[in-house]
Formats: sequence, structure tokens, C-alpha cells
Amino acid sequence: MNPGARVPAWLIAIGALGILFIVVPLGGMLANVDWPHFGSLLAQPASVSALVLSLGTSSLATLLCVLLGVPVAALLARLRFPGQRVLRALVLLPLVLPPVVGGIALLYTYGRRGLLGPALGAAGIELGFSTAAVVLAQTFVAIPFLILSVEGALRTAGSRYEAVAATLGARPSRVLLRVTLPVIAPALVSGTILSFARALGEFGATITFAGSLPGTTQTLPLALYFQLQTDPAAAVALSLLLVAVSVLIVGVAYLRRGRMRVL
Amino acid sequence: MSTVTADGGGAPVLEVHAEVDARRTVLDLELAEGQTVAVLGPNGAGKSTLLAVIAGLLVPDRGRVRLGGVVLTDVERRIRMPPHRRRIALLAQQPALFPHLSVLGNVMFAARSAGVRGPAARTDARRRLEEVGAGALADARATEVSGGEAQRIALARALAADPRLLLLDEPLSALDAGAAPPVRRVLRTVLAGRSAVLVTHDPLDAWALADRVVVLESGRVVETGSTDAVLRHPRSAFAAELVGLSIVRGIRTAPGIRVPDGREVPAAPAAPAAIGAAAVAPVRPSGVRVAGPAEGVPAIITALEPRGDVLRIRTDLVAADAPPWAAGELREGDRIGLEIDPGAVDVREL
Repeated sequence: MNPGARVPAWLIAIGALGILFIVVPLGGMLANVDWPHFGSLLAQPASVSALVLSLGTSSLATLLCVLLGVPVAALLARLRFPGQRVLRALVLLPLVLPPVVGGIALLYTYGRRGLLGPALGAAGIELGFSTAAVVLAQTFVAIPFLILSVEGALRTAGSRYEAVAATLGARPSRVLLRVTLPVIAPALVSGTILSFARALGEFGATITFAGSLPGTTQTLPLALYFQLQTDPAAAVALSLLLVAVSVLIVGVAYLRRGRMRVL
Repeated sequence: MSTVTADGGGAPVLEVHAEVDARRTVLDLELAEGQTVAVLGPNGAGKSTLLAVIAGLLVPDRGRVRLGGVVLTDVERRIRMPPHRRRIALLAQQPALFPHLSVLGNVMFAARSAGVRGPAARTDARRRLEEVGAGALADARATEVSGGEAQRIALARALAADPRLLLLDEPLSALDAGAAPPVRRVLRTVLAGRSAVLVTHDPLDAWALADRVVVLESGRVVETGSTDAVLRHPRSAFAAELVGLSIVRGIRTAPGIRVPDGREVPAAPAAPAAIGAAAVAPVRPSGVRVAGPAEGVPAIITALEPRGDVLRIRTDLVAADAPPWAAGELREGDRIGLEIDPGAVDVREL
């Protein structure tokens, strides 16, 4: 504890209430796990295929977030151009948008009757209700997390290392790959982890844009939701699996630097 | 607008003309091959702007930079060579060692950027580290070394780029009093025969490292000359203040120098300035004594500064030195007389 730091007693009381509010539901779930059948519940083919689909699509989405998000963060942090603030707000919109709205936006952009649908169709690409649509939906909702954490780190690090590297004869690409990115590596890692976590938990945009076809677009959260109506015990078991994955993610992010560098 | 002319004949290796409107700056600088010029001036005078323009980190509104016959920047002709192709290395106040690399990795950076293979780059980097007395630190992490060590390593890293010109931006000002002298010694060795621009606010750095001095004030060059001439016989208020002198500007008269308000500061008759000419005179405070208001040259005290063994009395004319105990008898705003030793007044034609 920080010596000399004092907080009012009522703050402790309300804080404790807040902590209980977060922790107790986890206990509620744990209390309802059907431990004797836990293994067989998880091993159901539908659950396994949903888990595999979720991990695969989330990994792909995270990769897309890094590949597209790092350049966006660099542009926002390093350049000055008119309309930058507006652009920044737009890029971060998926963060505050209800995911279902995001899904509708994607549907009317990439869907068969969407903005780009005819063009994509002519090229033989059919995105709606496919696994690719799942990846797109997950990328759409997760990418702001990566942009925010990388952009923040770039601003904090400043450009002095980059200026020094340039005067040492390094070309801009080399400066980016050998100086800028290594310097902000911790933020890039935690941003990546957060994006993965967000992609893994994605529900609203996925069900709106990609539907819920078992084996193709039914990710773990979707499977869970439908299983809750037919087989609550299996749903709880799957939930526990997601909790375990989330705890692992948070743990890794914390261990990186003692604290999460988010937002 | 004045220009630093190169010593010892020969075309200057560096020529700069830079106008930056946002910082109200119009600067000219020339540097002879192998020389070091110290750029002195108060904060905001345009020192960092000058370095940024030379390094290519800032494009001036109007101006040119030529280095060794190559045009690096020419705004009118739309030439802007990017920083990484200029062969100009920068050593800043903060060493800014790359935190993710080892000490050796930092010093190898320039060679690796130039496409030199690992083993050759490593050998060169070790030699550069030896050169700055940091050979033993090669395998340390960049974040583990002390401030003085980091600055020497940053110097080795800059030298390893084999720069045509070295820019030094207050390289000693972030170091403790104890850490600065060894770095200054290394800089002195390294700068011999190299072309360098050194921004500093410490006259000691200028004395130790620079052949010439340029003084900037409010975005203009106000004084230029050999280090010895500028620091011994300053003409600008900033340079005079820097070396502990007061400066008086006025007209040369038979008894001395007359300032615009009519007061007259006595000077030795042999001083090299024609009667009636505009003149400037640095005045040594130790040659000025405070007396009663009826004696000497009238003045008003503006500040009292205790400086250990001496009390410096600032007035609206020139500063005077007195024993420390005089502080009990004098106050800001007091009307006094100044008895000025003509030998302490160094009159020069402007």
C-alpha cells in the first residue's frame, strides 16, 4: 500500500461494492458448473468446432488489426493534416458503436445487396454469412483497441529516437521497423492481446453480418447463446472455458509490464 | 544580418541561410572545414531551429543549406534532401540511446543502416567505443549506463555514421557537474579536425571546444568572431553577460563613451575607437566601485546578487562588485555613484 495515501471510508465501502459486483457473477457461474460431466460437455462436437472456429477467426482478425491498425496509428500520431481529429473520431467509432449497428453497417457494405456487394459478386467473392464475414466483423470491432494503444505509445515515445535514427542514415522504413516499433513493442503487444480478446468475445456484429451457421460462422459466443436455451449445462461449461481464456489474456497483458497500457 | 566568415581561406564547408517565419528567425552561418563553431544565445534565440534546419528535420520558409559543395536544402529550387541522406549526425542534450538495443547495437546502428555486414559493423563499433573511453560497456544494455556514459556512447554512435558534419545540441547541459568534464574532454579530442556546430549556453564549452563563436539573439546573428575575440571582448549583451561583463553602447568621446541618456563612462584614451564613432564597451564589474550619489557616474541600483566572496550590484548602467557585507547598506532603487576604473572599460568601434 502507498504509505501516507488516505482515502475516505465511504470510498472503500463503495469500492468494495463495485468489486463484488464484478466478482460475484463469476462465482454464480462457477457454482453452477456440472463438474462431473464437465469434460464430456466441452468435448461435444458442436462445442469443439465452435471453439476451433473462434480461435481461428480471432487470430486472423487480430492479424488484420495489426497489419491495418499499426499504419493507421502511425499516421494519426506522426502526421499533421486537415480533418485529422474528425478522422480519428471516425476510426475509433467501432469502439462506442453498438456491435449490432456495426454488423448492419458491414452487411450494407459487403453484403450481396450492399455498397460493394455487386462489385465483390462480379469478382466471385461472396462475403455474407461466410467465415470471412466473421473475421471482418471481429476486425471491425477490435481494431480501435489496437489503434488506440499503439497511437498512445507513439505519442508518449515522441519522435526523438526517430530523428536520431534518421541522422544516423536510416531510411524511413528502417526507422519504422528497427526503432519505432521496437520502442513501442510493449504497447503493440498489449494492444494485440486486447484486440484478440475483443475479437474472441464478438457477438452482435457477427450474428448480424455473418449469421450463426454451425461450423462456418457460429463462433463460441454464438454457440454459447444458443446452447443456453437447449443445454444450459453445456453453456456454463463453455462460459467457463471463455473465462479461462480471458483470465489468461489479462494475465499475460499484466505480466508484460506490470500494468495494461490501454487507452 | 551578419555572416560568420570562414577562417584560414578556403571555401566554407557549410553555408546556411535560413528564414523561419513562425519563429521570426533569419540566420546565416558559415563554417570552415575542420572547424567547430559554437552557437551561443538565450533560450528561444533560434539555436535549435538552426540545427534542425541543417539536419533537415525542419524546412525553412526561405533559405539554403550547402555542405561540402552539395545542396542539401534550397527552398526556392525545391531541394530537400531527407535527413538520412545528409551525412549529418546529431548529438542532442539527451543521449536518446535506443532502449531496445545493447550499447554495441546502438553504435552499430549507422553501419547496419548503410548495409555494412554484422562482423565489420561490430569491429568498427568496438573501435568507436574505445575512442570515447566506453569500450568496457559494449555488452551492457543501453538502459543500464549512467548519464555521462550514455552521452559518450551517443557520441560514438554519431561518429560511427562517419558524418560530414557533427551537430551538438547542448551535449553537456543534462549532465551532473561531475559527469560533464570527462565528456567534454572526449569531445575536445574528437572535435579536433572535424567540422561541427555546437549549440551551448556555457562559455566553458565554447572556450574548450570551439574555434569560432556566433551569438544569436531573437532569431538574428548579433555577434560573430573567433572564440577568443568574442568572449574576451564581447559586443553583444548576451556574450558579455555570459562571461560576467556589463556592456555599454554609445558614442566614443575624449574621456570615454557617452550613452544615449548623456552619462559618460570613462575609458583609457588609447582605446581603439575614433572620437564621435558609435562604440561598444564591455565593462569588468571588478573595476567598478560603488560610491555616494555625488561622486562618479550617477546610477540606480536594479538588483543585488550575492556571489559568495563578492556582492554584484546591478545598476541601470553597469554592474559593480563590492564586499559581501555591503549588502546591509544598499537597496534596490538606491541612487548611487559609480567610480569606474578606465582600465576596466574596453571600448571598441561598433
